[in-house]
Amino acid sequence: MDVILDSQAIEHALDKLAEGIAKDTAEGQDIAVVGVRSRGEVISQRLGQRLGRLLGKEVPVGTLDITLYRDDLNNPQSNAQPQVRTTEIGFDIDGKIIYLVDDVLHTGRSTRAAMDALIDLGRPQAIRLAVLVDRRGREFPIQADYAGKLVEVSEGETVQVRVVEVDGVDEVIVE
Amino acid sequence: MTITGQENKFEWTRKHLLGLRQLSADELNHIFATAAGFEQISTRSVKKAPPLRGKVVVNLFFEDSTRTRTSFTLAASRLSADIIEFTKKSSSVSKGETLLDTAKNLEAMGIDIAVVRHSAGGAPDFISRNIDACVVNAGDGFCEHPTQALLDIYTILKNRQSMEGLKVAIVGDIAHSRVARSNMWAMTKLGAEVTFVGPPTLMPAQVDKLPVKVSHSLDEVIEKVDVVYMLRVQFERLGGSPFPSVREYSRYYGLTVDRMKKARPDILVMHPGPINRGLEIESEVADGPRSVILQQVKYGLAVRMAVLFLVNQAAVTEKK
Repeated sequence: MDVILDSQAIEHALDKLAEGIAKDTAEGQDIAVVGVRSRGEVISQRLGQRLGRLLGKEVPVGTLDITLYRDDLNNPQSNAQPQVRTTEIGFDIDGKIIYLVDDVLHTGRSTRAAMDALIDLGRPQAIRLAVLVDRRGREFPIQADYAGKLVEVSEGETVQVRVVEVDGVDEVIVE
Repeated sequence: MTITGQENKFEWTRKHLLGLRQLSADELNHIFATAAGFEQISTRSVKKAPPLRGKVVVNLFFEDSTRTRTSFTLAASRLSADIIEFTKKSSSVSKGETLLDTAKNLEAMGIDIAVVRHSAGGAPDFISRNIDACVVNAGDGFCEHPTQALLDIYTILKNRQSMEGLKVAIVGDIAHSRVARSNMWAMTKLGAEVTFVGPPTLMPAQVDKLPVKVSHSLDEVIEKVDVVYMLRVQFERLGGSPFPSVREYSRYYGLTVDRMKKARPDILVMHPGPINRGLEIESEVADGPRSVILQQVKYGLAVRMAVLFLVNQAAVTEKK
């Protein structure tokens, strides 16, 4: 197990994400941040706070549960049984630019599921993808618009993001 | 117990939901946590999600029902399943086909989930042991009506957070009520204290062996309980004369405005429907501020979606 990002590096990556998004946000543009459960939820809250400071206005933050949209739900080969949890998006997504936030972008399958889940809630002006860690291994034609950190890991390795709120520590590890 | 959608690592393994008697408190809580995730589907712009896409659900109703059947149909369609409606009158059962033949024929068509209602207790269990598909009991004889009790408890949890220590009175024709039985098994397992209230003629045989208190006086019980659950007087099931007259039944066991004055101010009034207004419950009470009767119907949809989703997940896991 190697720690590839410590808490300071995570803060730095989040700053980079927020600055990039803020730079691309025009005056008066309606934006919102939506995190994918479960680690994406925490990342999205931290990103939302940073964006609020940089833009000088409150940025709505929501949480998306993608379980019902996963493409392996009826696949006996899939690992642990998925848990359905709540989607908590307390604002209208119509007409907004939605920054979809996840911890790690790997195969792209979660992002596909998240986009399908989002458009069942309304019609955003655009969906952009922001991830804390971008790694190789894409199986779908999906790329991040904003990545906090690009990491080189081999096929069999897993990248795990741990956050204080859930795991008691801020770090990104490779196993 | 929470229904906030917290993360848990529970694995659901039952591909049939036949009753609540066999379920553990953990299993019950897992159903409620899952149902919380399905609630919002009914409120958003696209009232549909894809987890049962390509699956076939058959509503196998050998006994009349409108709301339970409609609720299952809507739940299955919101999960993107295809639904076959099978009712006794319009089927070959009226031509003398046996229960097993009916089930085997439907299975041969490739169904994935059978939602079964039957006037004979044990019929869903019998079917589950003879076909591969998942079976969900939608009411069997006087035995169980698990999804009704699940939605009842879910409604209570939405208003009260926990069942632990709650006092619940279930009032009326207990002997003929599968709803009372399913609620009794699940509520007591979750730490509630259940009292059956009704005339001695409408109590089940050997009621003293069940995990409940028994009372023949609604007036005595109403002051003490957190929830009063009024059962429907089921004229279609009542043979003989279990009570002298409808008026007398109302006077002793009806939930009237007067009787409600003795109740705790935060009492929850429940009823499985359809209501006999003015008989077991007065209109002012059924439509009053303490009534959660329509919440029961609303949450029933989320609970049934959760049950259909979970039995299908168990069937997927089984193939590993």
